[in-house]
Amino acid sequence: MESLEVKHLTHHFGFTEILHDINFTLKKGEVLSIVGPSGGGKTTLLHLCAGLLDVEEGFVNNSFKSTAFAFQEGRLLPWKNVIDNIAVGLLARGDKKSVAMQKSKDIALKFGLEEDDFEKFPKDLSGGMKQRVNFARALVTKPSLLFLDEPFSALDIGLKRELYAHLIESCKEDNMSILFITHDLMEGIRLSDEILLLKADPGHIVKTFKYDTPKDKRDDVFVYEESAKILQDKEIIETFELNSLELK
Amino acid sequence: MKFFLKILKDFPAYLWSGWGAIASILLFIALWDVGNQTYGNLVLPSPLETFKTLYAMLHSKDVWEQIDITLYRASVGFGLSLLFGSVLGLIAGFFATASMMSRPIVTILVGMPPIAWIVLAMIWFGMGDETVIFTVVVASFPIIFVGALQGTRTLDGDLKEMADSFHFPWYMKFVDVYFPHIFSYIFPAWVSGLGMAWKIVIMAELLATSDGLGAELAIARSQLDTPTALALVTIMIGSLMFIEYIILEPIKREVELWRA
Repeated sequence: MESLEVKHLTHHFGFTEILHDINFTLKKGEVLSIVGPSGGGKTTLLHLCAGLLDVEEGFVNNSFKSTAFAFQEGRLLPWKNVIDNIAVGLLARGDKKSVAMQKSKDIALKFGLEEDDFEKFPKDLSGGMKQRVNFARALVTKPSLLFLDEPFSALDIGLKRELYAHLIESCKEDNMSILFITHDLMEGIRLSDEILLLKADPGHIVKTFKYDTPKDKRDDVFVYEESAKILQDKEIIETFELNSLELK
Repeated sequence: MKFFLKILKDFPAYLWSGWGAIASILLFIALWDVGNQTYGNLVLPSPLETFKTLYAMLHSKDVWEQIDITLYRASVGFGLSLLFGSVLGLIAGFFATASMMSRPIVTILVGMPPIAWIVLAMIWFGMGDETVIFTVVVASFPIIFVGALQGTRTLDGDLKEMADSFHFPWYMKFVDVYFPHIFSYIFPAWVSGLGMAWKIVIMAELLATSDGLGAELAIARSQLDTPTALALVTIMIGSLMFIEYIILEPIKREVELWRA
């Protein structure tokens, strides 16, 4: 069984402790989100899990066969057009060029890009289109584990929903797992089987929330109700420092 | 291969876009003629006379020999700068210490007037090819070095991370992530290095040798032969414009299509 195991993970930048004793396990087919305020070490944790940073203390054991990463700001190669950008992941793992091109074109159409856009460079794309390319690049490789680094934060609500739907579909059809970091609780509730609450200074997990409702059954009412519930939670209030605001 | 075909395909359209440039050159020649009518033939020969002299010169074997000599010196000097400037610049860019150490040296090289280098080179190498080539290298090497250094220093860490997250093999990292970025810095540096080499070679020849276009220019000056001097200048400018606008600019446009 493929899984991502994180045990007693602690990380420092210089003398500052960023993460303290993080433990969790992500199983095949699950969506795990890590929710917390900005600057709480979420990105560091994700980078450690994805192998982009070296683990210093504790251990991370990733037995997933393949992984992909969707970044917050797209990170497209500015000198490659849309299709070539989508294809990089396929080419990197050794797919034949013609196969990679075909797969990339298919997924680009599925993600709402048009044939006229295929030859465009990132400079000519809108923010939303860049993010579609970013997602297509990650999902075209059909990873068994997908890392998401707040990729929805700058998108309008329509595009967000569209991309949620693509993710939920991939999870269902290919049994894909997702490790997802976000500061948006509603996003976490909509997509996750389990939410870990990461409190800052240093980052440590204070609480876990589980959701069993099937993801395609989670409508707006469900998400709003659960969000309202979770916002009453003492740990959530403390972690996001909601009590210091006199907003009633 | 595909890339070069695309350059060739877009070439006619590029040439067609050159009418504005041609109009501006013609306007410049018109002003030149006004200058000739105001100041007389000795100070500023008319464009017509200059072009006639040029035409006659281009038909004499002797001038072509001089052009060959100058071309040889400029290409050897520029070639050396290109090779060492690019390689050393890349290496310096990859190491923080090396780039810190090289900065003041580059400032010295750039800040020292080429004329001072010529004097030193004449003492060290005497009057000949070496002096000219040395001066060319000293003048165009730092430009290329800095271009390569900047290109490597400014590599985008976010893109490197992206490449790592998709497990790019090393050759893909180089070809798809590093090279296009570095090239967008180093190529313009090559172009300015070439322009510099072509200017410096003439100056060095004028002062330090008895052959080449620069020496011809010195002879024209001593004989007050203004038409010949201007014809030589026309050769120099014409060849530089040819290299820059007909060869380098189309390549640059194709390479930098992705730039905003």
